[in-house]
Amino acid sequence: MTTTMSRRSAVIAVICLAGILSGCGYNTIPTLEEQAKARWSDVQNQYQRRADLIPNLVATVQGYAKQEKDVLTAVVEARSKATQIKLDVSQLTDPDKVKQFQDAQNQLTGALGRLLAVSENYPDLKSNANFLALQSQLEGTENRIAVARRDYIETVRAYNTEIKTLPGVIWAKTVFGSKPMAEFAANESAQKPPQVKF
Amino acid sequence: MASIAPNDSPRGGRWTLPDLRLACVLLLCLVSGLAWAFDFPQLTGRVVDQAGIISAASRSGLEVKLKDLEDKSGIQLVVATVKSLQGGDVETFANQLFRAWKLGEAKKNNGVLLLVAPTERKVRIEVGYGLEGTLTDALSQVIIASAMAPRFKANDFPGGIERGVDGIISVLTTDADEWHAKVRVRAEDHQGLFDLLFPILLPILIFFVFRYMVRSAGGGRRGQTMFIPYGGSSWGAGGGSGGGSSWGGSGGGGFSGGGGSSGGGGASGSW
Repeated sequence: MTTTMSRRSAVIAVICLAGILSGCGYNTIPTLEEQAKARWSDVQNQYQRRADLIPNLVATVQGYAKQEKDVLTAVVEARSKATQIKLDVSQLTDPDKVKQFQDAQNQLTGALGRLLAVSENYPDLKSNANFLALQSQLEGTENRIAVARRDYIETVRAYNTEIKTLPGVIWAKTVFGSKPMAEFAANESAQKPPQVKF
Repeated sequence: MASIAPNDSPRGGRWTLPDLRLACVLLLCLVSGLAWAFDFPQLTGRVVDQAGIISAASRSGLEVKLKDLEDKSGIQLVVATVKSLQGGDVETFANQLFRAWKLGEAKKNNGVLLLVAPTERKVRIEVGYGLEGTLTDALSQVIIASAMAPRFKANDFPGGIERGVDGIISVLTTDADEWHAKVRVRAEDHQGLFDLLFPILLPILIFFVFRYMVRSAGGGRRGQTMFIPYGGSSWGAGGGSGGGSSWGGSGGGGFSGGGGSSGGGGASGSW
């Protein structure tokens, strides 16, 4: 009799505790963390999508502007460097790793911008349908990257604020041991899609 | 006068803990405010002409076309013109406007926004997640460059917008077979079955919920199962746009987004 009573009261206690915990924002930290990770994989997908477009773009430009070897090589090299640096979701709390990733991608953005700028000098290339399609896909991808980054930054800010303010800071320090995730450095200018005039 | 301290802080300029906490709260407000940094026009209908560049005749023609598209395919295409991009670039502005208006159905994200900013001479086709595969960046670019920009250059805004809308609609509906199949699936699956059953289901649901409430009030134990139908179906999110025919036609009244979102697909151009 007493065992069933104590078991029942234990169950009730657990339920009450769960209610209190969720009321005190216990669930907020894991929820925000998962959101941030999901947003991060969006960011990475979009960067990957950009990397996938490049071989085709380089091949097309090569057909018309072989002499622009430097620019083309720079793009190919920057691409291979950028695709080598993978950032796992668990590494998001490591600012150095995030910065490495970021720098590599920025370098690729710059190289691509130069390639597109150089392409302006080749009228045949500029009127090539394949090139135009690739160019708009590239612009679209750059824009998707910008959107994905913005979404990621927003969720990371919410997460970082949650683990630094009450009541989240209590759970972050005691239970989860949460560390703030690295935001992207304010390098927005490098993230602007390469501007192309028609 | 001299007794008034130059600093509000009781400890003469030192940050105290409450101060810091207040700062954090303010920062949070600022951050959440940043997401919607623009002052967007109201979504009053399928054509929102804030810049006042679409003639009345052209407008009613557009509204018929756009409504027709949604009735047939469920795709929500909205035309917006704005007086100003408020200092933002057209991509950011269009994406946030799209998200603020929630164009397209929540589950399908099948919305498209055609944004024209005559002051900045910018145009953008912003495509919802669900239509990125059909209305690709490249095709959006072609529509802007060939159908719209030349007419905008000649100050023919209604003409350019009409041709742009025609282009978008034709891309979205080109693969006729596939499109008709989609319509049929939609008609059978969504409208037919669900709308038929809904009047029967609703009283049952109300009955169960009511019984659940009575039970739990009287100390009943089970009941979690009662909420499964609610969580499992799409009523909450998709309900707003489930029946494409239920929108008010022209002039606004009752038109709203269905909960869709966009991740920056589409293309932009200038003239």
